[in-house]
Amino acid sequence: MAGSGGDMQWCFSQVKGAIDDDVAEADIISTVEFNHTGELLATGDKGGRVVIFQQEIENKNQPQFRSEYNVYSTFQSHEPEFDYLKSLEIEEKINKIRWLPQKNAAQFLLSTNDKTIKLWKISERDKRPEGYNLKEEDGRYKDPNAISGLRVPVLIPMDLMVEASPRRVFANAHTYHINSISVNSDDETYLSADDLRINLWNLEITDRSFNIVDIKPANMEELTEVITAAEFHPLQCNTFVYSSSKGTIRLCDMRASALCDRHSKLFEEPEDPSNRSFFSEIISSISDVKFSHNGRYMMTRDYLSVKIWDLNMENRPVETYQVHEYLRSKLCSLYENDCIFDKFECCWNGNDSVVMTGSYNNFFRMFDRGQRRDMTLEASRENSKPMQVLKTRKVCAGGKRKKDEISVDSLDFNKKILHTAWHPQDNIIAVATTHNLYIFQDKVN
Amino acid sequence: MYANEMEDKVVSPEKAEEAKLKARYPNLGAKPGGSDLLRKRLQKGPKYFDSGDYNMAKAKMKNKQLPSAPTEKAEITGGHIPTPQDLPQRKTSIVASKLAG
Repeated sequence: MAGSGGDMQWCFSQVKGAIDDDVAEADIISTVEFNHTGELLATGDKGGRVVIFQQEIENKNQPQFRSEYNVYSTFQSHEPEFDYLKSLEIEEKINKIRWLPQKNAAQFLLSTNDKTIKLWKISERDKRPEGYNLKEEDGRYKDPNAISGLRVPVLIPMDLMVEASPRRVFANAHTYHINSISVNSDDETYLSADDLRINLWNLEITDRSFNIVDIKPANMEELTEVITAAEFHPLQCNTFVYSSSKGTIRLCDMRASALCDRHSKLFEEPEDPSNRSFFSEIISSISDVKFSHNGRYMMTRDYLSVKIWDLNMENRPVETYQVHEYLRSKLCSLYENDCIFDKFECCWNGNDSVVMTGSYNNFFRMFDRGQRRDMTLEASRENSKPMQVLKTRKVCAGGKRKKDEISVDSLDFNKKILHTAWHPQDNIIAVATTHNLYIFQDKVN
Repeated sequence: MYANEMEDKVVSPEKAEEAKLKARYPNLGAKPGGSDLLRKRLQKGPKYFDSGDYNMAKAKMKNKQLPSAPTEKAEITGGHIPTPQDLPQRKTSIVASKLAG
């Protein structure tokens, strides 16, 4: 079931979350992430909670199987805190979740808010011991004089219980707000990035972290750019990239020096100075950077486009896809309502042939790199009959609007899809609207 | 000759939007990506006077989100010294996510 491009026909599979408008701010989904096998799907929200869904596959042997994701575990990862020194609130909102590759029966994930990263262990318990010699079943100790025999306690089956426990808390290493975490391929370390600094941690050690990038100027008046995202290379454990608010990406090699302030490569597309406007820098700010699975490319998302870069070519991207070019003539209002600062994420499919990102009006976009085709789909309750094939959408930029098209002025800018995830192997995608999680599946899966 | 005239009239949509913005906000600085915007970004969220101020604000928010929670115990007025049994139970702050519902 390769996640190839081909002729994808996306069908509705499931939707999670409140149906009506009875939603609180805490329910706003802030991150979505599949684990390395795709069996588990984690979401984080503004209220600091993590919900993990597990895939249950019906009829795996049949060519058209349906998979369903059901709640596996849910826990409160972060709580709101107050920074007494600065008199500022520390939001409990989960900014990112990253899974660790599975090494034993338990699953591990890292979740982070603005200031603190936590390592959570999610383990299953389906047996319990029975027949202790010294204790009754309810835990009370027996009268030792009443014990006449000796027996071996046995493990008896019980209803599956999934427990989440915090194993490590990595705190107090970030002055600014954490925007990214990334687990290294060495299975020992991970990085965390805030607006101005990137730190390297060992998963076992919580009281120490190494600063590997520091772009804080001596005089804050000279601040011109901030770090927006960072990620380790999927295969080379010495390499990582970080993107900036000015639209550049720096690739760093940790073998070169302890402090990677000098990049090994700088990826930047030259800009036509005559096209420069007030908005140029704002819309060039990169909101997400993701390596391809094969490690040869990386994808960046800025406000209006998705760019694919070949790691061997720094001076321009190899592919550029327009997500919603029709918004270029709406930048003034988008600046006024702050939408121009929305941070959209992007993701690759399993074999790096298709990329996906979100847009407004609960639309999301897919770009098939091989077939040079793009698709606009919508996550909405209207299209949520089981296995209903999604119709492609089209936005009319101006002029005569055709039937079934939607005009730019009718787009709902409060309905934004910032977070999407693609199953690592199959054509199953998770798309988060503000309060709901949609799961779609390719019909030909 | 005509081509040049056409070029002068065609303005990129971005520049047109910029002109609109400058018309609405004439005091807007020339450098949008400058340190003001970035510094605002570095310090997001409201600043509170102190932790008491913060806790009051949080309590107000919580009351707003649970509007019709009925009081189980009788109202305690000023003439009565409350005992621990009289005080309403502190509601748990952890509400389950609707995604898990």
